[in-house]
Amino acid sequence: MKKTMIMLVLALVSWGANAQHDHSKMGHSTEGHSKMANKSMEQSNVDVERSKSASAIIDNYLALKDALVADNSKKAASSGKMIFDAFEEFDISSQPKSQQKELGEIIEVAREHAEHITENNGNIEHQREHFEMLSTDVKDLIIITGSDRNLYQIFCPMYNNNEGGSWLSASSEIKNPLFGSKMLKCGSVQQNITVK
Amino acid sequence: MKWLKWIGIGVLAVLVGLQFIPTRTNQSTTVPPTDFVKTYNVPEDVKSILAVSCYNCHSNNTNYPWYSRVQPVGWYLENHINKGKEDLNFSEFGDYSARMQQNKLKSMISQVEDGEMPLPSYTFIHREARLSENSKKRLVDYLKTLNE
Repeated sequence: MKKTMIMLVLALVSWGANAQHDHSKMGHSTEGHSKMANKSMEQSNVDVERSKSASAIIDNYLALKDALVADNSKKAASSGKMIFDAFEEFDISSQPKSQQKELGEIIEVAREHAEHITENNGNIEHQREHFEMLSTDVKDLIIITGSDRNLYQIFCPMYNNNEGGSWLSASSEIKNPLFGSKMLKCGSVQQNITVK
Repeated sequence: MKWLKWIGIGVLAVLVGLQFIPTRTNQSTTVPPTDFVKTYNVPEDVKSILAVSCYNCHSNNTNYPWYSRVQPVGWYLENHINKGKEDLNFSEFGDYSARMQQNKLKSMISQVEDGEMPLPSYTFIHREARLSENSKKRLVDYLKTLNE
């Protein structure tokens, strides 16, 4: 156990060092990382409708993200509860009929992530895992429901043993919630989510 | 010290009484079409890893130890199994939405990789459920082929 921890720390440190002088090259590297390369090189745009229907979800999602940026597990847990409630209160029936099933499925999964984040106060790495998965659900949701503000999807190729991970932010300035202070600057904008 | 004797008898009587309360068991003789192994046509070696290390708490079919018949131990197990099934039920995997299935696969991969599942507190008693490095790798590699 101890050994694994030490190895993990060493690995993280070496990635960190790697990130410092090799950041611009990330994604261009060798074949083995083609999945990562694809993900980090794409930079796209997606337009969404202007709508307030997901405002509470977005507000609480961003609060959760900020708590993780600040390495604050306790606050992340309480934000998890808030976003859980926002999902509960989201009115699916006011959305187009054709999208209701999809929305229901997104919210069902997203609620589970929110629950895990709330229950894992003190285990910030586990909260981050669920936050990363939750980010995909929130993005898929607002593509359907629309958003009240522009958002950026930011991708850090180093998360999860170089599998990479992404999150949403209201600012293009990089503050990484998946690593927090350990690697605050890892990431680049992958997609601009723009309100029409 | 007479009262101590009576308390002892009282506790004993309650414990004996508990054994007569019927308990619901989590067992079924058939593998439903919604089962994980049918959803994906899982190869035999992975099936047996799942059966030994996962299905006791994460399916509708538990292979109970003898002491599960003793209350309140059995209730404790029941509660534990219900919680496990709430998070992931292999028997009903086919009923999950495609999004939920991918979500569960992702969680399985990371939990097994990190050694969080099977629960260390469980494998402490159930040594047979421990994953060897080989079976762990086999399981994770297989799950990754299903996770898009």
